[in-house]
Amino acid sequence: MTTLPLKDNTGENPSQRAQLILNHTSFGSVTDDILKGNECPKPPRSWYIALAISFSMMSMLGVMIGYLIFTGVGVWGNNNPVAWGYPIVNFVFWVGIGHAGTLISAILFLFRQKWRTAINRFAEAMTIFAVICAGTFPGIHIGRAWLAYWLFPIPNQMDMWPQFRSPLLWDVFAVGTYFTVSLLFWYLGMIPDLATMRDRANSKVKAIAYGIASLGWRGSMRHWHRYERAYLLLAALATPLVLSVHSVVSFDFAVSQLPGWHTTIFPPYFVAGAIFSGFAMVMTLAIPARELWGLKNFITTRHLENMCKVVLLTGSMVGYAYSMEFFIAWYSGEIYESFTFINRAFGPYGWAYWIMVSCNVITPQIFWFKKARTNIVIIFIASLLVNVGMWFERFVIVVTSLANDFLPSSWGMYEPTYVDVLTFLGSFGLFMTFFLLFIRYLPVLAIAELKAIMPEADPHGHGHSYNEMEGETDASAKEMEEGE
Amino acid sequence: MSEVPSTTVARDDLFGLAAEFTTTPGIYHAAEKTRAAGYTWFDCNVPFPVHGLDRAMGVKMTILPVFVFFGGLTGLILACILQVFTNSLQIDLWALVPVVGYQFEVSGKPLIGPAAFVPVAFEMTVLFSALTAVFGTFFLNKLPMFYHPVLKCPQLARATDDRFYLVIEAKDPKFSLAEVEAFLHTLEPESVIALEK
Repeated sequence: MTTLPLKDNTGENPSQRAQLILNHTSFGSVTDDILKGNECPKPPRSWYIALAISFSMMSMLGVMIGYLIFTGVGVWGNNNPVAWGYPIVNFVFWVGIGHAGTLISAILFLFRQKWRTAINRFAEAMTIFAVICAGTFPGIHIGRAWLAYWLFPIPNQMDMWPQFRSPLLWDVFAVGTYFTVSLLFWYLGMIPDLATMRDRANSKVKAIAYGIASLGWRGSMRHWHRYERAYLLLAALATPLVLSVHSVVSFDFAVSQLPGWHTTIFPPYFVAGAIFSGFAMVMTLAIPARELWGLKNFITTRHLENMCKVVLLTGSMVGYAYSMEFFIAWYSGEIYESFTFINRAFGPYGWAYWIMVSCNVITPQIFWFKKARTNIVIIFIASLLVNVGMWFERFVIVVTSLANDFLPSSWGMYEPTYVDVLTFLGSFGLFMTFFLLFIRYLPVLAIAELKAIMPEADPHGHGHSYNEMEGETDASAKEMEEGE
Repeated sequence: MSEVPSTTVARDDLFGLAAEFTTTPGIYHAAEKTRAAGYTWFDCNVPFPVHGLDRAMGVKMTILPVFVFFGGLTGLILACILQVFTNSLQIDLWALVPVVGYQFEVSGKPLIGPAAFVPVAFEMTVLFSALTAVFGTFFLNKLPMFYHPVLKCPQLARATDDRFYLVIEAKDPKFSLAEVEAFLHTLEPESVIALEK
């Protein structure tokens, strides 16, 4: 199937909807094409190499966490003014990455953006793995990791409860809820596709494993009816949730009184930044995955182009927030606030600030040009740069404000140690290991949903998916045949 | 390639008859006609939710949203009780047993701070609603169900791939093997398959 030439579906003809699935007119061939990466007896060699590297990095994370727990937090660069350091930078970075998945699956679902069906499954998977990485960092940052259960309201003999008026506890609930709801959303969406894999399994073990995971789904329309309702409800619930999670993360900063943190712009600015970084990560993963797994008929250039537009929009919002922060710092007349921002740009951490600005504000502006939005190499490089920039954004926010606050006598510079750096790199290993296992053993695209957006799926034969006007159905059908 | 169901499965072991379709308009019109013919114990097994098929079959709107509303309400109330109880409670049970929460004064702020309780109350509402939505669906759909005649029949395995099946069950009050078989053939299916219990 992939040998067929890929039709350019990035044209802008308002009378015709863009084709979202290329080179397929039958449901069966869609199933075959999506599952060939799962069903082939041996995955490509690059998959093994990637898994070996990721697994080694994940093991390194384990070693570093072990070393930390046995030795103490002194192995990190965290010091007295900069008590948060790398762990919280990484936490905010990973939670941000985790925002694209639920945005794609919930908000774009409510907006009836049909192109989301090709990318929602692995974006959701990415969300879950990113939140696992994120959750690791506060867990080890608390110092005595064996007391991490104190974060939860568990009755105990000390009569001690968490402090519900603290934003740090709100975070526990926000991230915990986000993880649970994302997992449910992901799993619910996957049940019909797991049933497809069960029915196509070529070994007893696979049939039993997928059979248990798919709960005995048999595609009953009476079940689909409730399933669709539940999916819609979950989307409606996850929409405010996804906006709330990074808002709550931003409260960790905004509710404190530190200059550079204590601002009302933080919640919307954090949410925009989270979506920005999340989409960049989706593209970073989608581009190699569609090459390796032969998914170009489903994740088409048009999908990447749409994601580029989201990145451009959210990147510009982030750029606006950066400049507005500066303006308000000056306009407020607050000397501490003004100093903090001048210090961010021209102080000892100025280099980090300018990496952040060039990656997050300048890089996405290239997506104003269609040539850039449809060029895979440019998209890939830009998405990597955005990931780098968004990590530096969190570094700038966390470190500069803590290092130089009110009194120069309490200032202190922060420098990460090798343990900090290796722990951070190790979290990528954790993320990639899960992701690689996911694309091999679970349905990487939402097969049932993709079939439902094919023009052949319309029971009235109008082909609404690609063509709004009924009179043009024949013409567009003919054109599609020519495109084959 | 239609088979003769009456010869393949004994009457007592018969779960129902399935008609196989290859297109969505095929299953859609078949469902409409089956409903019009007065059958009630029938179902469609399809690889994806065919738009409008549930209405064509006469499936009633699910009660799930009501479940979810009460699930969310439970979460909201629980969150409020949890926060007030743990941070500010002070009562004497039966005038003897003092029950005291973890009262922690921070800069003279009130122990019950409604504004501070909003984020957790919101998250718990969403959490309980989402759990109700998912497990409510499983409950109403009677899942997990690892044994079902439809799953047992290998010819119906394509219901999760690219074929559409309409199954009329033997427990339908109007069910009679010959009649149903003849009726299914009038729907112009690919084949008619007998399902064993």
